[in-house]
Amino acid sequence: MVPLSHCLILSATMFSIGVLGVLIRRNAIVVFMSIEIMLNAVNISLIAFDRYMNQHDGQIFSFMVIAVAAAEVSVGLAIVIAVFRNKPTVNLDEFNLMKW
Amino acid sequence: MELLIFYPLAIACVVLSMLVVFNSSPIASAMSLIGMMLCLAGVFVVLQAHFLAALQVIIYAGAIMVLFMFVIMLLNLSDDDKQWVARERNLFLSVSAGALILGVLYKFIDITSGTEFNSPAEVPDTFGTVRQVGTTLFTDFVLPFEVASILLLVAMIGAVVLAKSKVD
Repeated sequence: MVPLSHCLILSATMFSIGVLGVLIRRNAIVVFMSIEIMLNAVNISLIAFDRYMNQHDGQIFSFMVIAVAAAEVSVGLAIVIAVFRNKPTVNLDEFNLMKW
Repeated sequence: MELLIFYPLAIACVVLSMLVVFNSSPIASAMSLIGMMLCLAGVFVVLQAHFLAALQVIIYAGAIMVLFMFVIMLLNLSDDDKQWVARERNLFLSVSAGALILGVLYKFIDITSGTEFNSPAEVPDTFGTVRQVGTTLFTDFVLPFEVASILLLVAMIGAVVLAKSKVD
Protein backbone atom coordinates (compact mmCIF):
# COMPACT_ATOMS: atom_id res chain seq x y z
CA MET A 1 0.00 0.00 0.00
CA VAL A 2 1.01 3.64 -0.38
CA PRO A 3 2.91 4.90 2.67
CA LEU A 4 1.16 7.60 4.63
CA SER A 5 4.07 9.99 4.39
CA HIS A 6 3.96 9.98 0.58
CA CYS A 7 0.31 10.97 0.59
CA LEU A 8 1.04 13.71 3.10
CA ILE A 9 3.92 14.99 0.99
CA LEU A 10 1.64 15.10 -2.06
CA SER A 11 -0.93 16.94 0.00
CA ALA A 12 1.60 19.46 1.33
CA THR A 13 3.02 20.06 -2.15
CA MET A 14 -0.36 20.72 -3.68
CA PHE A 15 -1.39 22.93 -0.78
CA SER A 16 1.78 24.99 -1.26
CA ILE A 17 1.06 25.32 -4.98
CA GLY A 18 -2.43 26.54 -4.13
CA VAL A 19 -1.07 29.11 -1.66
CA LEU A 20 1.43 30.24 -4.31
CA GLY A 21 -1.38 30.71 -6.80
CA VAL A 22 -3.43 32.77 -4.36
CA LEU A 23 -0.41 34.94 -3.58
CA ILE A 24 0.99 35.60 -7.04
CA ARG A 25 -2.01 35.69 -9.36
CA ARG A 26 -4.20 38.73 -9.92
CA ASN A 27 -7.02 37.12 -11.85
CA ALA A 28 -9.89 36.49 -9.43
CA ILE A 29 -11.00 33.34 -11.26
CA VAL A 30 -7.52 31.79 -11.13
CA VAL A 31 -7.37 32.66 -7.43
CA PHE A 32 -10.59 30.71 -6.97
CA MET A 33 -9.04 27.78 -8.82
CA SER A 34 -6.03 27.91 -6.50
CA ILE A 35 -8.41 27.76 -3.54
CA GLU A 36 -9.92 24.64 -5.10
CA ILE A 37 -6.41 23.15 -5.33
CA MET A 38 -5.92 23.81 -1.62
CA LEU A 39 -9.25 22.19 -0.71
CA ASN A 40 -8.34 19.14 -2.79
CA ALA A 41 -4.95 18.91 -1.09
CA VAL A 42 -6.70 18.80 2.28
CA ASN A 43 -8.97 16.05 0.93
CA ILE A 44 -5.93 13.93 0.05
CA SER A 45 -4.56 14.03 3.57
CA LEU A 46 -7.99 13.37 5.10
CA ILE A 47 -8.48 10.31 2.91
CA ALA A 48 -4.93 9.08 3.49
CA PHE A 49 -5.34 9.24 7.28
CA ASP A 50 -8.70 7.60 6.88
CA ARG A 51 -7.26 4.67 4.96
CA TYR A 52 -4.52 4.48 7.51
CA MET A 53 -6.75 4.39 10.58
CA ASN A 54 -9.41 2.12 9.01
CA GLN A 55 -12.22 4.56 9.79
CA HIS A 56 -14.66 6.37 7.56
CA ASP A 57 -14.76 9.67 9.40
CA GLY A 58 -12.19 11.29 7.14
CA GLN A 59 -14.20 10.44 4.05
CA ILE A 60 -17.25 12.08 5.59
CA PHE A 61 -15.09 15.14 6.25
CA SER A 62 -13.97 15.16 2.62
CA PHE A 63 -17.61 14.93 1.61
CA MET A 64 -18.34 18.02 3.71
CA VAL A 65 -15.32 19.77 2.20
CA ILE A 66 -16.68 19.08 -1.29
CA ALA A 67 -20.10 20.43 -0.27
CA VAL A 68 -18.53 23.59 1.17
CA ALA A 69 -16.38 23.99 -1.96
CA ALA A 70 -19.46 23.81 -4.16
CA ALA A 71 -21.20 26.46 -2.05
CA GLU A 72 -18.10 28.65 -1.99
CA VAL A 73 -17.61 28.50 -5.74
CA SER A 74 -21.21 29.31 -6.57
CA VAL A 75 -21.33 32.31 -4.22
CA GLY A 76 -17.81 33.46 -5.14
CA LEU A 77 -18.41 33.40 -8.87
CA ALA A 78 -21.71 35.22 -8.34
CA ILE A 79 -19.77 37.91 -6.47
CA VAL A 80 -17.25 38.09 -9.33
CA ILE A 81 -20.08 38.56 -11.82
CA ALA A 82 -21.70 41.23 -9.63
CA VAL A 83 -18.40 43.12 -9.34
CA PHE A 84 -17.71 42.69 -13.05
CA ARG A 85 -21.01 44.39 -13.77
CA ASN A 86 -19.89 47.52 -11.90
CA LYS A 87 -16.34 47.50 -13.16
CA PRO A 88 -15.40 45.31 -16.13
CA THR A 89 -12.27 43.67 -14.77
CA VAL A 90 -11.36 40.60 -12.72
CA ASN A 91 -8.01 41.99 -11.61
CA LEU A 92 -7.97 41.73 -7.83
CA ASP A 93 -5.80 44.83 -7.43
CA GLU A 94 -8.59 46.92 -8.91
CA PHE A 95 -11.28 45.52 -6.62
CA ASN A 96 -11.55 48.33 -4.10
CA LEU A 97 -15.30 48.75 -3.81
CA MET A 98 -15.29 48.12 -0.08
CA LYS A 99 -12.21 50.18 0.73
CA TRP A 100 -13.04 53.24 2.81
CA MET B 1 1.93 -2.32 -7.50
CA GLU B 2 -0.15 0.41 -5.92
CA LEU B 3 2.92 2.60 -5.81
CA LEU B 4 3.38 2.18 -9.57
CA ILE B 5 -0.09 3.66 -10.04
CA PHE B 6 0.23 6.23 -7.28
CA TYR B 7 3.45 7.93 -8.38
CA PRO B 8 2.44 8.82 -11.98
CA LEU B 9 -0.92 10.07 -10.74
CA ALA B 10 0.72 12.14 -8.00
CA ILE B 11 3.25 13.63 -10.40
CA ALA B 12 0.48 14.42 -12.86
CA CYS B 13 -1.49 16.11 -10.07
CA VAL B 14 1.46 18.29 -9.08
CA VAL B 15 2.36 19.20 -12.68
CA LEU B 16 -1.22 20.01 -13.60
CA SER B 17 -1.73 22.16 -10.52
CA MET B 18 1.49 24.03 -11.38
CA LEU B 19 0.02 24.57 -14.84
CA VAL B 20 -3.14 25.99 -13.25
CA VAL B 21 -1.08 28.56 -11.39
CA PHE B 22 1.38 29.48 -14.15
CA ASN B 23 -0.84 29.54 -17.23
CA SER B 24 -1.61 33.02 -18.45
CA SER B 25 -4.93 32.09 -20.02
CA PRO B 26 -7.81 31.34 -17.60
CA ILE B 27 -9.33 28.76 -19.95
CA ALA B 28 -6.07 26.79 -20.03
CA SER B 29 -5.94 27.00 -16.23
CA ALA B 30 -9.45 25.61 -15.98
CA MET B 31 -8.59 22.77 -18.38
CA SER B 32 -5.53 21.90 -16.29
CA LEU B 33 -7.67 21.99 -13.17
CA ILE B 34 -10.09 19.49 -14.71
CA GLY B 35 -7.16 17.18 -15.48
CA MET B 36 -5.91 17.63 -11.92
CA MET B 37 -9.31 16.67 -10.49
CA LEU B 38 -9.42 13.53 -12.63
CA CYS B 39 -5.90 12.47 -11.59
CA LEU B 40 -6.87 13.15 -8.00
CA ALA B 41 -9.86 10.85 -8.39
CA GLY B 42 -7.35 8.19 -9.43
CA VAL B 43 -5.33 8.87 -6.28
CA PHE B 44 -8.50 8.45 -4.23
CA VAL B 45 -9.16 5.09 -5.87
CA VAL B 46 -5.64 3.97 -5.00
CA LEU B 47 -6.34 5.01 -1.40
CA GLN B 48 -9.54 2.89 -1.46
CA ALA B 49 -11.96 5.81 -1.34
CA HIS B 50 -14.11 4.70 -4.26
CA PHE B 51 -17.17 6.73 -3.31
CA LEU B 52 -15.12 9.90 -2.88
CA ALA B 53 -13.45 9.28 -6.25
CA ALA B 54 -16.85 9.12 -7.93
CA LEU B 55 -17.94 12.27 -6.10
CA GLN B 56 -14.74 13.99 -7.17
CA VAL B 57 -15.42 13.26 -10.83
CA ILE B 58 -19.12 14.14 -10.67
CA ILE B 59 -19.04 17.25 -8.47
CA TYR B 60 -15.60 18.77 -9.06
CA ALA B 61 -14.75 17.81 -12.63
CA GLY B 62 -18.40 17.82 -13.64
CA ALA B 63 -20.27 20.59 -11.86
CA ILE B 64 -17.79 23.03 -10.34
CA MET B 65 -15.50 23.19 -13.35
CA VAL B 66 -18.43 23.65 -15.71
CA LEU B 67 -19.39 26.63 -13.56
CA PHE B 68 -15.85 27.99 -13.84
CA MET B 69 -15.78 27.55 -17.62
CA PHE B 70 -19.20 29.12 -17.89
CA VAL B 71 -18.14 32.21 -15.93
CA ILE B 72 -14.84 32.53 -17.84
CA MET B 73 -16.66 32.41 -21.16
CA LEU B 74 -19.41 34.71 -19.91
CA LEU B 75 -16.93 37.37 -18.81
CA ASN B 76 -14.85 36.91 -22.01
CA LEU B 77 -11.49 37.21 -20.27
CA SER B 78 -9.19 36.93 -23.22
CA ASP B 79 -6.48 39.50 -22.55
CA ASP B 80 -6.92 40.38 -18.92
CA ASP B 81 -4.00 38.65 -17.25
CA LYS B 82 -1.16 39.37 -19.61
CA GLN B 83 0.97 41.55 -17.37
CA TRP B 84 2.34 40.15 -14.13
CA VAL B 85 2.91 43.01 -11.73
CA ALA B 86 5.23 42.12 -8.87
CA ARG B 87 4.25 43.38 -5.46
CA GLU B 88 6.68 45.51 -3.51
CA ARG B 89 9.19 43.42 -1.58
CA ASN B 90 9.08 43.12 2.16
CA LEU B 91 12.18 41.42 3.58
CA PHE B 92 10.76 40.85 7.07
CA LEU B 93 7.62 39.15 5.77
CA SER B 94 9.59 37.01 3.31
CA VAL B 95 12.02 35.80 5.96
CA SER B 96 9.32 35.10 8.52
CA ALA B 97 7.15 33.24 5.99
CA GLY B 98 10.15 31.14 4.92
CA ALA B 99 11.00 30.33 8.53
CA LEU B 100 7.39 29.40 9.20
CA ILE B 101 7.26 27.03 6.20
CA LEU B 102 10.58 25.43 7.17
CA GLY B 103 9.34 24.93 10.72
CA VAL B 104 6.11 23.37 9.52
CA LEU B 105 7.95 21.02 7.15
CA TYR B 106 10.40 20.02 9.90
CA LYS B 107 7.56 19.25 12.31
CA PHE B 108 5.75 17.40 9.56
CA ILE B 109 8.71 15.11 8.83
CA ASP B 110 9.30 14.71 12.55
CA ILE B 111 5.75 13.52 13.16
CA THR B 112 5.31 11.29 10.13
CA SER B 113 8.62 9.50 10.65
CA GLY B 114 7.47 8.37 14.09
CA THR B 115 7.07 4.69 14.76
CA GLU B 116 3.29 4.75 15.19
CA PHE B 117 2.93 5.52 11.51
CA ASN B 118 4.83 2.43 10.41
CA SER B 119 2.03 -0.04 11.04
CA PRO B 120 -1.13 0.78 9.13
CA ALA B 121 -4.39 -0.82 10.10
CA GLU B 122 -5.57 -3.77 8.05
CA VAL B 123 -8.55 -2.68 6.00
CA PRO B 124 -11.20 -4.97 4.55
CA ASP B 125 -11.90 -5.04 0.81
CA THR B 126 -15.21 -3.26 1.33
CA PHE B 127 -13.47 -0.20 2.77
CA GLY B 128 -14.61 3.05 1.20
CA THR B 129 -17.52 1.62 -0.75
CA VAL B 130 -20.83 3.45 -0.99
CA ARG B 131 -22.39 1.10 1.55
CA GLN B 132 -19.71 1.67 4.18
CA VAL B 133 -19.49 5.43 3.73
CA GLY B 134 -23.26 5.74 3.56
CA THR B 135 -23.70 3.76 6.77
CA THR B 136 -21.29 6.09 8.55
CA LEU B 137 -22.88 9.15 6.99
CA PHE B 138 -26.40 8.27 8.02
CA THR B 139 -25.64 6.96 11.51
CA ASP B 140 -22.89 9.01 13.12
CA PHE B 141 -23.02 12.08 10.88
CA VAL B 142 -26.70 12.70 10.23
CA LEU B 143 -26.70 16.20 11.70
CA PRO B 144 -23.69 17.45 9.67
CA PHE B 145 -25.31 15.95 6.58
CA GLU B 146 -28.51 17.92 7.15
CA VAL B 147 -26.55 21.07 7.96
CA ALA B 148 -24.67 20.62 4.66
CA SER B 149 -27.99 20.56 2.82
CA ILE B 150 -29.00 23.83 4.50
CA LEU B 151 -25.60 25.28 3.56
CA LEU B 152 -26.14 24.37 -0.08
CA LEU B 153 -29.61 25.90 -0.01
CA VAL B 154 -28.23 29.13 1.45
CA ALA B 155 -25.44 29.18 -1.16
CA MET B 156 -27.98 28.68 -3.93
CA ILE B 157 -30.16 31.54 -2.72
CA GLY B 158 -27.11 33.72 -2.18
CA ALA B 159 -25.81 33.08 -5.69
CA VAL B 160 -29.19 33.93 -7.21
CA VAL B 161 -29.48 37.13 -5.19
CA LEU B 162 -25.91 38.23 -5.93
CA ALA B 163 -26.03 37.54 -9.65
CA LYS B 164 -29.43 39.13 -10.15
CA SER B 165 -29.20 42.06 -12.53
CA LYS B 166 -30.61 44.85 -10.36
CA VAL B 167 -31.78 44.90 -6.76
CA ASP B 168 -35.28 46.30 -6.89
